[in-house]
Amino acid sequence: MGPGLRWDDADPVISALAWIISVIVAWLAVGVLGLVRPRSIRYVGRVLFPIGAVVGIALAALGLASITSVAQTTVLPLGLPGLPFHLRLDPLSAFFLLLLGAAAAGISVFSAGYFRASEGTAPGLMCLQYHVFLAAMALVIVADDAYVFMVAWETMALASFFLVTTDHRIPEIRRAGFIYLLIAHIGALAILLCFGVLQGGLGDYTFGSMRSVSLSGAWGSIAFLLALFGFGAKAGLLPLHIWLPEAHPAAPSPVSALMSGVMLKTAIYGLLRVTFDLLNAQLWWWGVVALVLGLLTALFGVIFATVQTDMKRLLAYSSIENIGIIVVGIGLTILFKSYDKTLLAAITLTATLYHALNHAFFKSLLFLATGSVLHATKERSLGKLGGLIHRMPWVAWLALVGTLAMAGLPPLNGFVSEWLLLQAFLFTPSLPQSFVNMLVPLAAAALVLAVALAAYVMVKFYGVVFLGRPRESNLAYAHDAGRFERIALIWFALGCIVLGVFPTNVIALLDSVDAMLVGSTVGRIGSSWWLLAPLNADRSSYSPVIVLAVIVGVVLLTIQIVHRQYHGRLRKGPAWDCGFPAQTPRMQDTAEGFGQPIRQVFEQFFRVERILPSPFDASPRYKVTVDDHLWHWLYLPVARATEAVARAVGRIQQGRISVYLIYSFITLLALLFFVR
Amino acid sequence: MTPAGFLSQLLQVAVALVLAPLLVGWVNQCRAWLSNKSAPSLLLPYRTIRKLFHKDAVVADNASPVFRITPYIVFGSMTLAAAIVPSLATDLPFARAADAIALVGLFALARVFIALAAMDIGTAFGSIGARREMFVGFLAEPALLMVLFTASLISGSTALPTIVDTLAHRDIAIYPSLAFAGVAFTMVSLAENARIPIDNPATHLELTMIHEAMVLEYSARHLALIEWASALKLFNYSCIGLALFLPFGIAQPDANWLAFVAAMPVLIGKLAVGGFALALIETLSAKLRIFRAPEFLGTAFLLAVLGMLVAQLLGG
Repeated sequence: MGPGLRWDDADPVISALAWIISVIVAWLAVGVLGLVRPRSIRYVGRVLFPIGAVVGIALAALGLASITSVAQTTVLPLGLPGLPFHLRLDPLSAFFLLLLGAAAAGISVFSAGYFRASEGTAPGLMCLQYHVFLAAMALVIVADDAYVFMVAWETMALASFFLVTTDHRIPEIRRAGFIYLLIAHIGALAILLCFGVLQGGLGDYTFGSMRSVSLSGAWGSIAFLLALFGFGAKAGLLPLHIWLPEAHPAAPSPVSALMSGVMLKTAIYGLLRVTFDLLNAQLWWWGVVALVLGLLTALFGVIFATVQTDMKRLLAYSSIENIGIIVVGIGLTILFKSYDKTLLAAITLTATLYHALNHAFFKSLLFLATGSVLHATKERSLGKLGGLIHRMPWVAWLALVGTLAMAGLPPLNGFVSEWLLLQAFLFTPSLPQSFVNMLVPLAAAALVLAVALAAYVMVKFYGVVFLGRPRESNLAYAHDAGRFERIALIWFALGCIVLGVFPTNVIALLDSVDAMLVGSTVGRIGSSWWLLAPLNADRSSYSPVIVLAVIVGVVLLTIQIVHRQYHGRLRKGPAWDCGFPAQTPRMQDTAEGFGQPIRQVFEQFFRVERILPSPFDASPRYKVTVDDHLWHWLYLPVARATEAVARAVGRIQQGRISVYLIYSFITLLALLFFVR
Repeated sequence: MTPAGFLSQLLQVAVALVLAPLLVGWVNQCRAWLSNKSAPSLLLPYRTIRKLFHKDAVVADNASPVFRITPYIVFGSMTLAAAIVPSLATDLPFARAADAIALVGLFALARVFIALAAMDIGTAFGSIGARREMFVGFLAEPALLMVLFTASLISGSTALPTIVDTLAHRDIAIYPSLAFAGVAFTMVSLAENARIPIDNPATHLELTMIHEAMVLEYSARHLALIEWASALKLFNYSCIGLALFLPFGIAQPDANWLAFVAAMPVLIGKLAVGGFALALIETLSAKLRIFRAPEFLGTAFLLAVLGMLVAQLLGG
């Protein structure tokens, strides 16, 4: 412990927060060590990334250990004079550190086997960017004043920007990086303004001071809306989602996993921190705004995911959907808390955090699996994949776990959080506003629709990539994932299973976060390690252990009985397919074909452009592009307006000294006039 | 968990497994009568299943283990569903493990697996069937969930036994929320069980089939399990409908064994009437084009949401 460190609580041993600071320093050190031999894959991949993974596990363990302990704070003598870094570890940050550590550990192990020598950034440099990214995310989570929060937030944005543009020689990737950086900065501006409102004129930017300021309703609302905008831009809320489907396919797969699985959650963390911790009162309509926005985002994301033809874009849109579900949970929590229904608020908050954790696991798993597929086949387009379960059984079977989890099927983890959220919807008592009473069932209906469509998306993803017959001949040479990649995939798949099968233990962990943010915990009357009953067992209960045991039991028993009673004879033959003789892999559904019914039903959502052949074409061509309306309705007009303003301003730039001197003179005169 | 409860649980699963093919046979018989054909034997589904179990399984060359494990998983999910839905008694220890939402999740699990298996061989019909099945499912599943939500709102519980106990003790009257839910549920059941007007269980006309297209590649024991699971699905849906809308005659937790014994003929009677009604609906309606299915299911979804709104605002 350096002489400059000052601990508020007199702890005889080194406190958890000090350990977390050393974790951040360790990640930075691992990153800097990458510069020693930047071109050596062996050194960076086999030494540094595994060390980073161990550090990640340590962070997860620290988060797990300190989730129930009281808040610790410290001040680091870094930063500007008079503006030192304030750090704080409380249950909310401990939970997100756990999420970050657990996901980062798996992704780092995968990265150890993933990065190869490429045209783009050198591996050592990438190692630096990667670990700075991790350290910045950890610092965002423990920040306790606006200054260090913004420094960490911007470091995170920049580090991830460089990671996204790893293959910077490709123009599309540079464009994706630009859009990402642009939206990240628009969001950061809103967050900065939000902190400006939150300090309430005191000029003290520590979170401790913000907690004690009591803002008027109007200023509080402005702060909330700014936070929703700023953190929404990072999380991918409508209409600021536009960067996700661009940046995720552009980035290397471990980076996509890190951005989707973890970085989006830092935005959720920020929204929770501002809304529940820094703002001391909440108004009911904030909840309605978040709820509606979350639902729109979820439906939009999932509908777009069904029609994607690039596997990473599909997963990016599905991340938008999952963020929508999480924001629905936040909206409901605000709503319930503002009406003092703290028990229900605790259930929705638990569901929200649980879903954030689940999404970190299954989305990381799936993005990493696409990375392995990409390595094995050099192909991202769904239309050129297929049948990989035969060539890549490890990846295929582990990805199946992620697929089922993301489709929200029992007994895996995606189902638990959705189950909890639906319970909260169902047991909403009558609230004072009749408008809200009408809204809640409608919101439940919309949410269920989004969840059901997610199953469609996942069947498409898994079926087209891993099942069926290979659509291209070179897929026959695809190889399975290496050792490091397998370990990472197993880690995430196990996480999906454990989080799905033992929900009661996870919910017990979240109790302290619930108590801190909404002042109540989820009741567990009649719950035990195998039975989840959030209110009481007569009202609703769910036991994934039994569901899993019964299904596995019936499967094994049926196999036994059928084989004993009859026989196990099996013959292999050509596919039947109603007797059609000439079957080619091209007769299978393409990704476009599989999504076509949804495209037709939700035609208004898409901007579809078709190039149809005429009967007289010598070489007929059919092409269809599906685009986002928002791009044309919102972004292009804004871009055009910006360009027009820039051109107008550009007219006063004459390039002659005398003209500029006249400008200065006029400005001086104008200033003198005002100051007089 | 009482021994009596455990016994009634086991008995209920056994009854479901045994009676499910009979229900299919009965519906087929009614359909034949109504369309003035000579009817097949009531026991034909049993004979089909037995015959299929004896045959040698033929599996396509490029089938993966997903294809071979799917019939067992689908059968397992449907068996678990049969244990949860109160058809004979409401004292069901296993019902604690999965409530109404988890029940819909189980159906979704079976649906996803069978769709994946259909895509596994890589034939044109398999993938078209999988696509259409998921297409029907994305509207049918929320509609079913909304129907169950309506009942949950009325009874203040998502546990199916509690729902049935509550609904069975209400005065006999037409409740607007349940009326909406009932119509929606009927429409969803038709779609989910591959019945006219969405699908045709008797068809092998390639361009129109959904469920049959998905299971084209299956043979012998795998097909037998799929057929049995489909029968169980129909049985489960019928029992959900009976439990929600005609919850009378199901043995209550405090009842003695006599009530349990009496529940059996009541169930068979209700299923016979329900099966006839299903055959009647199928005979009287024509199959819809696949792109009319969203209108049909969208109506079901809206009706179910309406039922839920009514339940929320009027309290039943």
